Amino acid sequence: MTANAVLLFVAVFLASTVEMVEAATIVVAVGVTRGWRSALIGVGAGLLALAVVVAALGPALTAIPLNALRLAVGGLLLVFGLGWLRKAILRAAGLKALHNETEMFREQRELAREARVVAGGLDTYGFTVSFKGVLLEGLEVVFIVITFGSNQGGILLASLGAVAAAVLVLGAVLVLRAPLSRVPENTLKFVVGSLLTSFGTFWGAEGAGVSWPGSDVALAVIIPTTLLISALMVAVLRRTTPVRATTRVGVA
Amino acid sequence: MRYIRSFALFWWDFIVGDDYRVALSVVVLLSATAVLSHNGVAAWWLVPAGVAVTLAVSVFSVARRSGQRSSR
Repeated sequence: MTANAVLLFVAVFLASTVEMVEAATIVVAVGVTRGWRSALIGVGAGLLALAVVVAALGPALTAIPLNALRLAVGGLLLVFGLGWLRKAILRAAGLKALHNETEMFREQRELAREARVVAGGLDTYGFTVSFKGVLLEGLEVVFIVITFGSNQGGILLASLGAVAAAVLVLGAVLVLRAPLSRVPENTLKFVVGSLLTSFGTFWGAEGAGVSWPGSDVALAVIIPTTLLISALMVAVLRRTTPVRATTRVGVA
Repeated sequence: MRYIRSFALFWWDFIVGDDYRVALSVVVLLSATAVLSHNGVAAWWLVPAGVAVTLAVSVFSVARRSGQRSSR
């Protein structure tokens, strides 16, 4: 396995872990409050919808010429990566409230309690909230799996990264039966944002016609440089800004 | 019409996110790199440099706004 393949696996695994922790929080809150049947049917329907997106987009991407694909995928990864990194930097610097799974769980549980209960049949509230949680959080994972996988010729490896994260998060949820509030979510987002930005920079520029000095070895410089610059931004922001946010409820 | 608008807004939010300047900057950087590369210029440095500047502008503009709010 090459170093780039290992990085691909790690990036997809970490990105999937972050998104699945958020989806799991929503599903557990709905399951505990409204019953597990509708929550789990919602999870199944969400996963099915995601599978349809993968089945539709995966083969379509392989038909695009490699340079055009790298340009499009690089651009998309750059936009996603910079978005993740921007939020992670602002949160680490205290300018944006940290994501709080316990608070999010409490809020979802209250909303689920207040919603109308329909006797008999499928609980549409529980189903809809679980379905949307899985679909919306999973969509970003699907995009990352497809873009990374199609570009590196490693859809299988990228999918394995996502599946490994799903097994880990699902296992933890089944054991704890509670929101996974101890996951260092912002640190993971910081690392994932840096990896997506680095791969996006590398592939985007290559797709635009650039020949990187040192070819693939350039990634070994781009990734640590991105991490270092981001860490420097956090340090400067912490020293220069007086505002400190605390915690935040909600997704992404 | 309302559904089309909601659908478009969802994708705008999903892809572009909180700061549209970041997405715009990525498009400009990759386009400029393509033009330079196809004219024989070694432009490998443009995207990494532009990405660093874009990220800095985006996060420091939030910091500046927060600073202005807290000083009021």
